[in-house]
Amino acid sequence: MTTTTPAAKAAAATGDFFDTRIGAAKLVKEFARKVFPDHWSFMLGEIALYSFIVLLLSGTFLTMFFVPSMTEVHYPVDALPTTMRGVEMSEAFASTLHMSFHVRGGLLMRQIHHWAALLFMAAIVTHMMRVFFTGAFRKPRELNWFVGFTLLILGLAAGFTGYSLPDDVLSGNGLRIADGVAKSIPILGSYVSFALFGGEFPGHVIIPRLFTAHILLVPALILSLVAVHLILVVVHKHTQYPGPGRTNSNVVGYPLFPVYMAKAGGFFFVVFGVLAIMGATLSINNVWNYGPFDPSPVSAGAQPDWYMLFLEGALRLMPGQTEFVVAGYTVPLNILVPGVVVPGILFTLLGAYPIIEAYASGDKREHHLLDRPRNVPTRTGVGVAVLTAFIILAAAGSNDLIATHFKLSINSITWVFRVLFLVGPFIAFIITKRMCLALQRRDRDLVLHGYETGRVVRFASGEYIEVHQPLTPQERWVLVDYDPHKPLPAPSETNARGVARPDYKKLRRQSRLSHFFFADRVDPVTPAELEAAHAHHASAHGSDHELEHETATAGELESTSV
Amino acid sequence: MSNHSTELETRGELDPAPSPERFENPGLPPHRPRLSDTSPEGSKRAERQVAIIFGISILATIAGVWGYFAFPMDAGVGNVRYSTLSIGLGLGIGMLGIGIAAVHWAKALMSDVEVVDQRHPQRGDDATRAAAVADLQAGAKDSGIARRPLLKGALITAVAIAPLSFLVPFVGNLGGSWNVNAMRHTMWRKGTRLATDPDGRLIRPEMVTIGSVWHVIPDGLHEVDDVLAEKAKAIVLLVRLAPEDLKILPGREDWSYDGIVAYSKVCTHVGCPVALYEQQTHHLLCPCHQSTFDVADGAKVVFGPAKRALPQLPIMVDDEGYLAARDDFDEAVGPSTWERQRPIRGEDY
Amino acid sequence: MTALARARRHRLAPVLLMLLALLAVGGVYAVVAPPAAVAETYSADDVAAGQKLFQANCASCHGASAEGRDGVAPSLIGVGAAAVNFQVATGRMPMAAQAPQAPTKTPQFNAEQIKQLAGWVATLGPGPSVPTEDMVDPARGDAANGMLIFRTNCAMCHNAVGAGGALSNGKYAPSLFESTPTEIYEAMLTGPQSMPVFSDANITPEGKRDVIAYLMEQRTAQAGVGGANLGAVGPVSEGLWVWVVGMGALVAAAVWIGAKSS
Repeated sequence: MTTTTPAAKAAAATGDFFDTRIGAAKLVKEFARKVFPDHWSFMLGEIALYSFIVLLLSGTFLTMFFVPSMTEVHYPVDALPTTMRGVEMSEAFASTLHMSFHVRGGLLMRQIHHWAALLFMAAIVTHMMRVFFTGAFRKPRELNWFVGFTLLILGLAAGFTGYSLPDDVLSGNGLRIADGVAKSIPILGSYVSFALFGGEFPGHVIIPRLFTAHILLVPALILSLVAVHLILVVVHKHTQYPGPGRTNSNVVGYPLFPVYMAKAGGFFFVVFGVLAIMGATLSINNVWNYGPFDPSPVSAGAQPDWYMLFLEGALRLMPGQTEFVVAGYTVPLNILVPGVVVPGILFTLLGAYPIIEAYASGDKREHHLLDRPRNVPTRTGVGVAVLTAFIILAAAGSNDLIATHFKLSINSITWVFRVLFLVGPFIAFIITKRMCLALQRRDRDLVLHGYETGRVVRFASGEYIEVHQPLTPQERWVLVDYDPHKPLPAPSETNARGVARPDYKKLRRQSRLSHFFFADRVDPVTPAELEAAHAHHASAHGSDHELEHETATAGELESTSV
Repeated sequence: MSNHSTELETRGELDPAPSPERFENPGLPPHRPRLSDTSPEGSKRAERQVAIIFGISILATIAGVWGYFAFPMDAGVGNVRYSTLSIGLGLGIGMLGIGIAAVHWAKALMSDVEVVDQRHPQRGDDATRAAAVADLQAGAKDSGIARRPLLKGALITAVAIAPLSFLVPFVGNLGGSWNVNAMRHTMWRKGTRLATDPDGRLIRPEMVTIGSVWHVIPDGLHEVDDVLAEKAKAIVLLVRLAPEDLKILPGREDWSYDGIVAYSKVCTHVGCPVALYEQQTHHLLCPCHQSTFDVADGAKVVFGPAKRALPQLPIMVDDEGYLAARDDFDEAVGPSTWERQRPIRGEDY
Repeated sequence: MTALARARRHRLAPVLLMLLALLAVGGVYAVVAPPAAVAETYSADDVAAGQKLFQANCASCHGASAEGRDGVAPSLIGVGAAAVNFQVATGRMPMAAQAPQAPTKTPQFNAEQIKQLAGWVATLGPGPSVPTEDMVDPARGDAANGMLIFRTNCAMCHNAVGAGGALSNGKYAPSLFESTPTEIYEAMLTGPQSMPVFSDANITPEGKRDVIAYLMEQRTAQAGVGGANLGAVGPVSEGLWVWVVGMGALVAAAVWIGAKSS
């Protein structure tokens, strides 16, 4: 490196400064040209990360003006908005109004912050789905899946505590519902309610406590887990899709400096820009329309933010007759089931999935090549089924809006969703799995017989055939590069010497689960099968087989001998 | 040079063994040059585009800062709108411009030749693992913990319970007075008059016409210490039905007055205000989860996730002709709790 | 004596003077006096025409003397001119087809005919009358007090800003965004269909005017201060938009970033 120009001299001096103090040369050597594979679906996690940064920045702005206090004040009689003049409200609500109408850019920052929160959760869910459907949670990345799952839960907590801070009627009724769910807990319920609110609802401390959770406890946990999440990606290196030149032992892509810094750094600015434009042009959470919290009013269309809709829908769908009393003690299953049991099952399934699938496959190898979802039909089916359950619950949570917009009876909608919730995920699983298997068969056909070119050739013998163009080795590779997972064989009850195996039941359970996952499958085409297909073509069409290949192959294809 | 290469090493440590069952990896496809690689004008054009986009970003940022100064906040609601829009679009387009310019630069001008890096198994090699195990064993032996179960037990016990002296004060203070029985009573007493919500006007029975609904609070609500906590339990709905439509439950003959009935407004599901009154069906609908209660039949549940009927407030007319409560509710209002039906020690409920 | 001097001494001159004086006083009074708060009055012609209109358009359901028919239509005796004005001016009545509730549609009658119908029904029994302009003038109402009344009595059905909401079994509380002040007043007073009756003892006339002021305020610039209001139905539409606009735009951006450049 020349050191003659001033810029080069400055760069050399800086480099030396850091190298002699923290060994920077080693870091730069390790990381500067680190390779990252390039695919748009790998950027979904980045959307979440960047919207979190936007949340931190806009949130800091908000904390300069928000007063987390429930002390009652009267809004000034000459201040905007006109509908709040002279009204009694908490300081939290008053400071939110002041920030929106009397701080330049205050309303903008509130709206950016709320849109960023909604986007954060949407990006986490989309990213999680990508990781799930491509199998990126397999060994060695199970730990990162658990970290990410925890981040999902923390995101829910951050959102709930955040939108409750302005102390308005909508979020206040949400807190009241949360209080009702807390009270339903057997034995401890009333005490949990008192612990949350410092006494009877609504009390005077919930807003300051939510504030502490929202700006200190939850962000600290999120930041530390995000750091762990990213460190694990560096340690494991990023996964990549199968393709020509890509193996389980390499990473093919572009270096961090400069390409990824430019693309990922640029994407940060894109996310920030989109959020700022949304915050400037789309209204969100206009709390002055709901008014300061009072336990008496409630608005039609009382829903929480979208990521909590699954809980809201579950609460709406559960029939009430399930609450019962035993020995004078009340067990409200109509709240415990939708509030605790159903989300518990869905989230546990989601969180523990890597363990379940590893148990079913018995696979202990490291996996760095992603799966195409069609090649793992049962996993894809399970994922779609769980998604269907969540979407049905979210739609059930919006049932009154569906009723007004489509002019339907809300009671009928509720009944339809009750049935759909029980039946829909199973139907979705079956349909998805069958679609995956069908797509796999189509891929096999493509490999064995090539593309249909639409050209029809008539032979002297009078036979018509459609000319098929065989795949190039690159095209074929993507379609054949996957593991033909075989189910674990059913164990024998006794070992070779006729002694009963003590682990028979365990192995049988594992084998049964394995069959559920892998019994229905389509194996990738082997070279022998391709050879047989070519031979079939040759024998069926004789010497004209050559004509077929010569007219069909075009461009820079190599010989198709395998 | 690090272990990067632009040539494929087809077999690495983490790949499966070669097999006749599997095709061979055909290797990286040939690199396709971009316009900016092959033509200097293409490259110049891309550079111009990037510069223009950066330029738009700069202009937008300036506009955003101008917006801050141009729209003061004490000049009407229109200024709030313009301020939000100008600062927001300035910020947004400013940021978006940098992003688009940087990405276009990367895609069009930076090298797009794919680079290959090698992975190594996460698992340490056997020698390292053996050394690690040896280190741990040596450390454990030095600590002596294996041979001293008393120390081990004492350490675990001390560490396990030490957080208690932090957690007990922390959790213990969270619940205030912890007087959960307070939830079982409201401020309604014999003779407490009914008043309109929120302005507190007293109500005479002749004011309550058939088909009307009145949102009611106890008279004197605004003089108590904790207004919202009392209001959260005491809100009531007052409705008048034609006497022939109203079914009086046994034991509640004097709880209503000439077809006027009062029910708690706090939903017995999870506590939202049950405020929608459908005049023609005399049903009360809760907007949160659609629990529906029939006012003509003791406010029992006819649809939805609630189980219990709304508690009824017994009412009478006092000697000055105003509607007043005869007594507090005979049960706790709002959502179910574990102990809601158990008698409170010291009270004959 | 001039002609004018002779005219001044005419026998009927005092009568003419009196008439002119009365005219002057009446004219001045009409100009400076505040608008009267008296209800609309209906002439006998109005009532007769109204009865004819009723027989032709309403009696088939409501009965020839508006006594109502069980299970078909309620009695209109005592509903008052306000109820008729509300139902017919919003097009709810005559109802075109059986439905869980009467929807608004293009009114079938013009203002004159509605006045006649209202006049006839008002004669059937004492009932609420059509409010005067003064009573529904939003400029004279207090929007802040109106909001306090609205959110306690109305928002649970009509939504916090009047966007409308669902009731049970296909019924609904309609959007108020297109309703006139008079319609809003009349609806509160007469309690159409599922809506409860809010008599003047429950929500006073001033309170009703405050509610109108609040609803009209929602239509001004304040309503759009943060930008497009996405239907004003709350977090569900916000969630829908973040997926469609937010994730949509960013996934499109990601696809662009990841794609090979030409």
